[in-house]
Amino acid sequence: MTAPRPLALHVPEPGCRPGDTPDFSDFEIPRAGEVRRPDVTEAPEDMRDMAFSVVRVLNKAGEAVGPWAGTLDADALREGLRHMMLLRQFDERMLKAQRQGKTSFYVQNLGEEAVACAFRMALDDGDMNFPTYRQAGLLIAGGYPMTDMMNQIYSNAADPLKGRQLPVMYSSRAHGFFSVSGNLGTQFIQAVGWAMASAISHDTRIAAAWIGDGSTSENDFHAAMVFASTYQAPVILNIVNNQWAISTFQGMAKGKAVTFAARGHGFGIPAIRVDGNDYLAVHAVASWAVERARSGLGPTLIEHVTYRAGGHSTSDDPSAYRSKEEGSAWPLGDPIERLKLHLITIGEWSEDRHVQAQAQIVDEVRAAQREAESHGTLISGPHPSPRDMFDEVYAEMPPHLARQRQEAGY
Amino acid sequence: MARMTMIEAIRNAHDIAMDRDSRVVVFGEDVGYFGGVFRCTAGLQKKYGPHRCFDAPINESGIVGAGIGMAAYGLKPVVEIQFADYMYPAYDQIVSEAARLRNRSAGDFTCSMVIRMPTGGGIFGGQTHSQSPEALFTHVSGLKVVVPSNPRDAKGLLLAAIEDPDPVVFLEPKRLYNGPFDGHHDRPVVPWKNHELGDVSEDYYTVDLGKAKIRRAGEAVTVLAYGTMVYVAEAAAEEAGVDAEILDLRTLLPVDLDAIEASVKKTGRCVIVHEATKTSGFGAELSALVQESCFYHLEAPIVRVTGWDTPYPHAQEWTYFPGPDRIKRAFTQVLEG
Repeated sequence: MTAPRPLALHVPEPGCRPGDTPDFSDFEIPRAGEVRRPDVTEAPEDMRDMAFSVVRVLNKAGEAVGPWAGTLDADALREGLRHMMLLRQFDERMLKAQRQGKTSFYVQNLGEEAVACAFRMALDDGDMNFPTYRQAGLLIAGGYPMTDMMNQIYSNAADPLKGRQLPVMYSSRAHGFFSVSGNLGTQFIQAVGWAMASAISHDTRIAAAWIGDGSTSENDFHAAMVFASTYQAPVILNIVNNQWAISTFQGMAKGKAVTFAARGHGFGIPAIRVDGNDYLAVHAVASWAVERARSGLGPTLIEHVTYRAGGHSTSDDPSAYRSKEEGSAWPLGDPIERLKLHLITIGEWSEDRHVQAQAQIVDEVRAAQREAESHGTLISGPHPSPRDMFDEVYAEMPPHLARQRQEAGY
Repeated sequence: MARMTMIEAIRNAHDIAMDRDSRVVVFGEDVGYFGGVFRCTAGLQKKYGPHRCFDAPINESGIVGAGIGMAAYGLKPVVEIQFADYMYPAYDQIVSEAARLRNRSAGDFTCSMVIRMPTGGGIFGGQTHSQSPEALFTHVSGLKVVVPSNPRDAKGLLLAAIEDPDPVVFLEPKRLYNGPFDGHHDRPVVPWKNHELGDVSEDYYTVDLGKAKIRRAGEAVTVLAYGTMVYVAEAAAEEAGVDAEILDLRTLLPVDLDAIEASVKKTGRCVIVHEATKTSGFGAELSALVQESCFYHLEAPIVRVTGWDTPYPHAQEWTYFPGPDRIKRAFTQVLEG
């Protein structure tokens, strides 16, 4: 008998660190239009293949091809392009505002615009999203006033959340956007609960849960999967795999699983991977999942494969842990450029119109910012009254809190 | 009026709430078909159907998290954590989510839900079926924390909790489910059917949250207690012949400071009793409140009688449990010390 050899721990490492040449050759990308489109009534066990491929609609030439194409007309596509351009411009202005010291913190959506913007267009008003901090596109595409988003970021006198939350942790029941939590993954199971409540109430509204690749390792991701599967809740479980959880690469949360989408299989939840930088593909897959949920066919898991082109937040320097070239080497391209090319290819857009639209968007965002700043910024104020701090801790202020408010001088 | 155990009173409160308001839903581990390991929800599924009362997977964070989503939707979930000792996986959902939802969304989303959990020892439950985690909740802004001590209050407080627009942690001393317990473990327990507090109106009524109740009027010393300890303190006062005023706090957050102040200013002495461990226990908060508001009325230092700072030991349960003898010693200390 041979003596046992000492064991060694496996700690996953990304293939590329600063100074290395990015290499995405292991990332198997099917051609656009190649992946089949199952019927929404197809049994989950018959569509396991969907978790190992990537649904793509737009090809390199800018054409929409395959069985997932055709869910949007030209007007809707132009609207989608406008939403993504607005979001990118919004990001740019708010990033700059943070650098100018007008607020403490900001989180960009750069590179991931298609995911939330396209998904929102597949939902109805009244449906509820339980987002993370990187789904501002749900608000932009849902028509939420941009000035209110800025007011929140500035924690100014007009902040709808009265200066209580970190920038970008918006909340709007009316726009189907649940209050964002800083504690990761907690919202995933809450979305399932909301969907269960809708089913209990024989309502027609559905919920959408959102989580990042890193946070899928949180317990509440698994709680949500169990509950969604058990009660067949009308919920769409979105994993946004943007490759990075601050400095931790997606392989750390995934372990030896082949894809995040495959996590659905153990729960009998149909799971689909989609090209998250393809507006048409995201919309098509979202619509498919919405139809399933609204028809009482239960949950769907969607893995949006995308790339976080910016830092995690304004407090993060990605060049410290990943190659500077990685973003440009990302094989799924830029969502705005891809949709723009498509619209031009089908004769519904032009370079001139794009330049004109961009100029209008810059003006629009600048005007919103001017209006927001007329209500103050985090640094210069004015802020909500400190008196507000004591409100809405409870529906009715209990005596001990009333005493403390008095002690504070309000 | 009917004689009920605390279990029956809690079940009756569920029944009335579900009957009055179709938004009330009840779920948790084993609460559906079986009616809960303590039978607090027995018969509800049969009466209201599996959409209103149902079993949950064994996932406490999931139970509370799903409840938050339901409350955000507009239902009124009443969830059961089978033992308070199992609530730790749900702690983040309770503390970071349920408690803060109203505040962080500026009232845009609210969380009217009740999180019920059996607490306390005295049933040979060992470390994992005996804990009293109230202090972990009373530290959290946005929560309300309730501990009933008898069937009549349990029903009224639970109905008030279900009606409350904010999340309420409802801690049920499991030692009191079938009868009051005075800490003498070698004596037979008197069942609720032989106790006046087992007289429960079958109609709808509420007991206000945030209001304490004087269980025994007295002049010599104030005892601040809740749950099982109300009866242990009563026994101690009787046995020691001390004219103690026993305040059953009933709600720990927000606590009834007016009642505490009035009593301590009258007696000039204060003994605080709880079953949870001493260090940073809720008794520390009570002691500080009394010191802040009644210092010039105090004639002796405040004394705390609590569980020891150890995990609840299975074989030494009666050494751990703060029984009448320890409270009697505390009386001696504040009256003669």
